[in-house]
Amino acid sequence: MKSIKIKADNLNVYYGEKQALFDVSMYMEEKQVTALIGPSGCGKSTFIRCLNRMNDVIDICKVQGKIEIDGNDIYAPDMQVEQLRERVGMVFQKPNPFPKSIFENVAYGPRIHGIAEHKSDLEEIVVTSLKKAALFDEVKDRLYDAGTGLSGGQQQRLCIARAISVNPDIILMDEPCSALDPIATARIEELMGDLKTEYTIIIVTHSMQQAARVSSRTGFFHLGKLVEVDKTETIFSNPSDQRTQDYITGRFG
Amino acid sequence: MGFILISLIILIGIASYFLGNLRAKNLRTSNQKNLKSLSHYYGYYVALWAVVPALLILLMITSFKSFFIEQYVLSDFIALGSYTETELSLLFTQIENTALGIKLFDENTILINGAVNKLNYINKTSENLTYVTVLGLSGLLVLYSLFNINNKLNSRKIVEKFLLVLYFTCSLVAIMTTVGIIFSLLYETLRFFSQVPITDFLFGLNWSPQRVFVREAGDLDTRDLANAFGAVPLFAGTFLIALIAMCVSVPVGLLTAIYMSEYASPKVRDWAKPIIEILAGIPTVVYGFFAALTVAPLVRDIGQGAGLTVSSESALAAGFVMGIMIIPFISSLSDDVIKSVPQSLREGSYAMGATKRETIVKVLLPAALPGIVGSFLLAVSRAIGETMIVVMAAGLNAKLTANPLDAATTITTQIVVILIGDQEFDSPKTQSAFALGLTLFVVTLALNFIALQVVKKYTERYD
Repeated sequence: MKSIKIKADNLNVYYGEKQALFDVSMYMEEKQVTALIGPSGCGKSTFIRCLNRMNDVIDICKVQGKIEIDGNDIYAPDMQVEQLRERVGMVFQKPNPFPKSIFENVAYGPRIHGIAEHKSDLEEIVVTSLKKAALFDEVKDRLYDAGTGLSGGQQQRLCIARAISVNPDIILMDEPCSALDPIATARIEELMGDLKTEYTIIIVTHSMQQAARVSSRTGFFHLGKLVEVDKTETIFSNPSDQRTQDYITGRFG
Repeated sequence: MGFILISLIILIGIASYFLGNLRAKNLRTSNQKNLKSLSHYYGYYVALWAVVPALLILLMITSFKSFFIEQYVLSDFIALGSYTETELSLLFTQIENTALGIKLFDENTILINGAVNKLNYINKTSENLTYVTVLGLSGLLVLYSLFNINNKLNSRKIVEKFLLVLYFTCSLVAIMTTVGIIFSLLYETLRFFSQVPITDFLFGLNWSPQRVFVREAGDLDTRDLANAFGAVPLFAGTFLIALIAMCVSVPVGLLTAIYMSEYASPKVRDWAKPIIEILAGIPTVVYGFFAALTVAPLVRDIGQGAGLTVSSESALAAGFVMGIMIIPFISSLSDDVIKSVPQSLREGSYAMGATKRETIVKVLLPAALPGIVGSFLLAVSRAIGETMIVVMAAGLNAKLTANPLDAATTITTQIVVILIGDQEFDSPKTQSAFALGLTLFVVTLALNFIALQVVKKYTERYD
């Protein structure tokens, strides 16, 4: 049994009048990949965005319930959201590098959190992060070119490098491959295999094959409810809920 | 007569649309002909033939008519050979007046009476002739195009082509106007520089064109001219006032934009934005008396309270009010630009643990920079071109000074001063206005060019 990194307890989320999540309770294990699957609009992105409080940005969004990371309530009043996000990195659906150089993109987090004291430290962090994101060899000669000039797959790996530059515990990935071609997708999946030795990874995905390939546990969301969460093999071979069965056999969604 | 004729042409056009439409429909049903376009395109086709050439001919006739009438009416006088061009045109005005029943002179009565008769006759004939030509042409072309409708004719393509020509002509109007203005500016400016050396204009430190006006035209000596038309004080004044205006509007405008786009709740935005934009709709002359009657005395009182000598008209007052005036240019444009930075960049920054301020300063502003710089440059060219506020609040006195508490004047103000009232158009004083105008134009053009380059450079790097 792996130790539990994140625990969500009776999580309810509302966008204005509309309820998006209903009593979601689940845990995620440390240094494992947890996949969240389900049809569009089922609340899996909403759930993942609660884990680094990205929903705070949306005015009408209201979160009830409890999320604990390493036993600390992240919605506690004394929780500093900036520090939380330093520990919980995020990679988005569409690659979103800043309109800065490759170097500056990766150096952004260390700079705002004051992690590097000297320029040499900063350079080391950037190089290590790019290496961990398996991007360094492709960009080492053009670190000062625009990050937006890279290909889609490279941009996404740049965003991963940016996320790991502040040395987080957890990386949230919100459909990180949906805008990428199969080859770039394969590279990202391979990368996830490497990264899980150091980081706890939560990935939202539309591709059931992807969930099966990369994750050890999988949760199935439907209409804002967590229908079932279990070991990935169990979910895909012997689900206990009929709706999960229907979804993974392609009967809906 | 023009109104009636044009109405008639338009009526013919409408009627021929229905004729063409009808004929195409008939051809389609009765002869089983496979027409290439829908029948209403044939209507447009016939209507275009009915209207466009007729209007063009009418335009040509009206523009050349007066010349030929004048030649015809004055032929007797021209034959005498003793009149100059100006006298002839004066004479023609006199004849026209006589024809209208206004008698001013009675010299040359026989010749004039003859000419008046000629004028009445030719006016009537030319009017009839115009009607016949234009309407006849229109009718003939309607017939021609109606018989032209067959299954080989693709009227849809022809209509499209006509629209293409129409769009092109419309864009040509703006282009030709620009070119025309540039050339007229250039022409007068060159005439000015033939009397006053360009170096004296660009580098001279003394601007007092009034002196030239006071003295008799015969006395103008070049040294005097050189001393009167040194434009440096105007450039300096323009620069000073624009600088003060930018010092006010850039920080206020930019911070307003950031507040509106990133902090304000939708409710606040809904009422605050229109109010700010009203600032841009206030007539500049209103700003002008606000500057002259409220701000300038205030500046003077405060300055005197602090023991400074402040003139009652000051560059500071004018620049300050101008700065207020151009706030909406900067805030509105920058607001739009900042808001159009993709939401994904904001989320990317927040997800890294950045605060709102860090996100704005390190991600949003750099990403929006080309647009923000564009709004600054637009505001600068607005400030440089602004006239009314300066006329009313900064004074007319061209003094070379860097002291914002002193009176100052700008290029635009001096153009106003020079051209107010009756002016002879060949004096260097009047022509200097054109030289100033051209300078202003070149500066604005350069600003736009720089703006484009800045935008291009950053978009190349960041998109």
